Amino acid sequence: MAAEREPPPLGDARAADLEELEDGEDLFTSTVSTLESSPSSPEPVNLPAEDLSTNSNGPKPAEIMLDDDREDLFAEATEEVSLDSPERDPMLSPKPTPAITPVTPVTLVAPRMESKSVAAPVIFDRSREEIEEEANGDLFDIEINVSDPEKVGDGMNAYMAYRVTTKTTLSMFHKNEFSVKRRFSDFLGLHSKLATKYMHIGYIVPPAPEKSIVGMTKVKVGKEDSSSTEFVEKRRAALERYLQRTVKHPTLLQDPDLRQFLESSELPRAVNTQALSGAGILRMVNKAADAVNKMTIKMNESDAWFEEKQQQFENLDQQLRKLHASVEALVCHRKELSANTAAFAKSAAMLGNSEDHTALSRALSQLAEVEEKIDQLHQEQAFADFYVFSELLGDYIRLIAAVKGVFDHRMKCWQKWQDAQVTLQKKREAEAKLQLANKPDKLQQAKDEIKEKERVKDFKTVIIEYLESLVQTQQQLIKYWEAFLPEAKAIA
Amino acid sequence: MTTTLTEIKHLPTLALLVCCEYLAIFKKTVAMHEVFLCRVAAHPILRKDLNFHVFLEYNQDLSVRGKNKKEKLEDFFKNMVKSADGVIVSGVKDVDDFFEHERTFLVEYHNRVKDASAKSDKMTRSHKNVADDYNRIGSSLYSLGTQDSTDICKFFLKVSELFDKTRKIEARVSADEDLKLSDLLKYYLRESQAAKDLLYRRSRSLVDYENANKALDKARAKNKDVLQAETTQQICCQKFEKISESAKQELIDFKTRRVAAFRKNLVELAELELKHAKGNLQLLQSCLAVLNGDT
Repeated sequence: MAAEREPPPLGDARAADLEELEDGEDLFTSTVSTLESSPSSPEPVNLPAEDLSTNSNGPKPAEIMLDDDREDLFAEATEEVSLDSPERDPMLSPKPTPAITPVTPVTLVAPRMESKSVAAPVIFDRSREEIEEEANGDLFDIEINVSDPEKVGDGMNAYMAYRVTTKTTLSMFHKNEFSVKRRFSDFLGLHSKLATKYMHIGYIVPPAPEKSIVGMTKVKVGKEDSSSTEFVEKRRAALERYLQRTVKHPTLLQDPDLRQFLESSELPRAVNTQALSGAGILRMVNKAADAVNKMTIKMNESDAWFEEKQQQFENLDQQLRKLHASVEALVCHRKELSANTAAFAKSAAMLGNSEDHTALSRALSQLAEVEEKIDQLHQEQAFADFYVFSELLGDYIRLIAAVKGVFDHRMKCWQKWQDAQVTLQKKREAEAKLQLANKPDKLQQAKDEIKEKERVKDFKTVIIEYLESLVQTQQQLIKYWEAFLPEAKAIA
Repeated sequence: MTTTLTEIKHLPTLALLVCCEYLAIFKKTVAMHEVFLCRVAAHPILRKDLNFHVFLEYNQDLSVRGKNKKEKLEDFFKNMVKSADGVIVSGVKDVDDFFEHERTFLVEYHNRVKDASAKSDKMTRSHKNVADDYNRIGSSLYSLGTQDSTDICKFFLKVSELFDKTRKIEARVSADEDLKLSDLLKYYLRESQAAKDLLYRRSRSLVDYENANKALDKARAKNKDVLQAETTQQICCQKFEKISESAKQELIDFKTRRVAAFRKNLVELAELELKHAKGNLQLLQSCLAVLNGDT
């Protein structure tokens, strides 16, 4: 992997330049070694996020030395495949061992981050374009389908297993086409792993579909009614969209966890995702703590870009929610309409039966048939409304929640940064000036831009699909009524 | 400039909506009145009624007094008595086959029309709900579209326009369905009720007639008040025969009218549905063409 090439040059440059630092080079070498080893092993889940965030956003010492680094970066940027530049970030996240005191990792990791962000404008412009190209390329290179939900097991221990089929031409996968069986908690496990790894450095990890205890219990108990089949179908479609969105993201695609998820036939049970497990309770406590935190942090938004984007996302979120509510109402009413049309059809048939004028009777029964067909049509339209439109909106709302999560992380980072700043100021005066440098989240900007484009494409295709379904409905309606008209005219 | 224009277009939407609703209801009531008047005019006896002439010709305000409370209460009691009586009377078997057949037919028909009318009402209401939803979706898309002027926002604006127009069409569909189908059924519900009432009156007079006959026989047997009994019986007999004759005529007319009305309304319903579906289709297709052409 190209990533492995990376640590040596920067590490050496840094080591050379930071000799004057009091903290010894031992720390550097240990960092380098841990960094080298990190790409292969996934980040242990229980490494608290706080430590990681301190490291990524720590104040950056010695900007001056980075001129050399900048040249190195340029050289590397041009020769390496562009996917690797964002690749460096995940390498930063698995931070040095907890043995190192809070202050020093900040100084250690910072130069690397800082070097990137200093060189940010030029490199990222180029790499952003390359990322886009690569993203477009990826769209055609990997295709994921989730199908064949089947019930495995019995009683309360039963679960639905879905077949995940991947077709790809990318070289990093061992085969071109393969499929595995996964259950819902596997998906959730994948998401939590990806989230812990990438969320705090500013990536937007696509959210997984939500757990639904009611729905699953119905399925487990074996109720073979329409609501449980609908639920399974909804979930299958949501899982497929989730995986597709995840692989569209070039960095996440490179992640070994994702590959393992897609390829290996046996996956360790993600017990942490069970609702009533210890991890679940821990998550709930964390969520409560986060909520309290949000209320107490008064962040001085120094970066106007973030403020604006945050406002935009708030607006967007509100409006999407409104739209989603309206579309759900539409689905509900259409289902009602179809039910009422069916009832009316039956009633009209009965009326036709009791009518003794033969032509009228026949016309009335024809009307009944037409209405019945229309009812079917409405039902299908309702399904289309639902699956195509409403689910997409729901996905986007969840996505926005994820984006907000990223913003929240950023706030937390800022807070940590402020704290670290205070402690650092007590120690060094020289570095103090340089702590006021840019935040590393310029990277987020690149990601945001990409998401924007994808979002546009997504929305467009979905809405066009939906409109086409409406067109088909209307055409069918025309056919039915045209067939009915002569019958009605024939009533003597 | 374009944004302000579209904004202005959306402002009076509420007023427009109210206007459309009012017009729809107005159309309905007017149609009902027209049918009523035509019926009265076509009836051989009713058309000669003086009240009717006054109604049609007097070109100043008629100042019709509505029923006051006392009259309403009277009506209420009359209805109660009538329904109780109707139950008793309906037990009597009718000699005349025609009427017997009509009675069974009418009872069944009335029930089914009631059912169909209720279901049709529900259906048109759901349809209207769907149209309203389209309206809300259109306005949400509009507000999404006015966020900024990126590509996707222009897209949203176009789709919101589409939804606006589709909504209008869907609302028309539901209003027309309401007009042609539901109203038809409601009308025939009331008509069949009226026919049933007619039959009830006839049965009542038949029962009276038979009672009078029995009383006459009893009087003849006792040889007391024979003449009085005879006159009563004769009156009853006349009443009964008169009512039978006109009832027969009315019921036959009822059938023909019903068939004709159903035909007219069903044909109109089908034609309107076709027109709207075609309009809707065209609208959707042109919008799709524009959207696809943009990408």
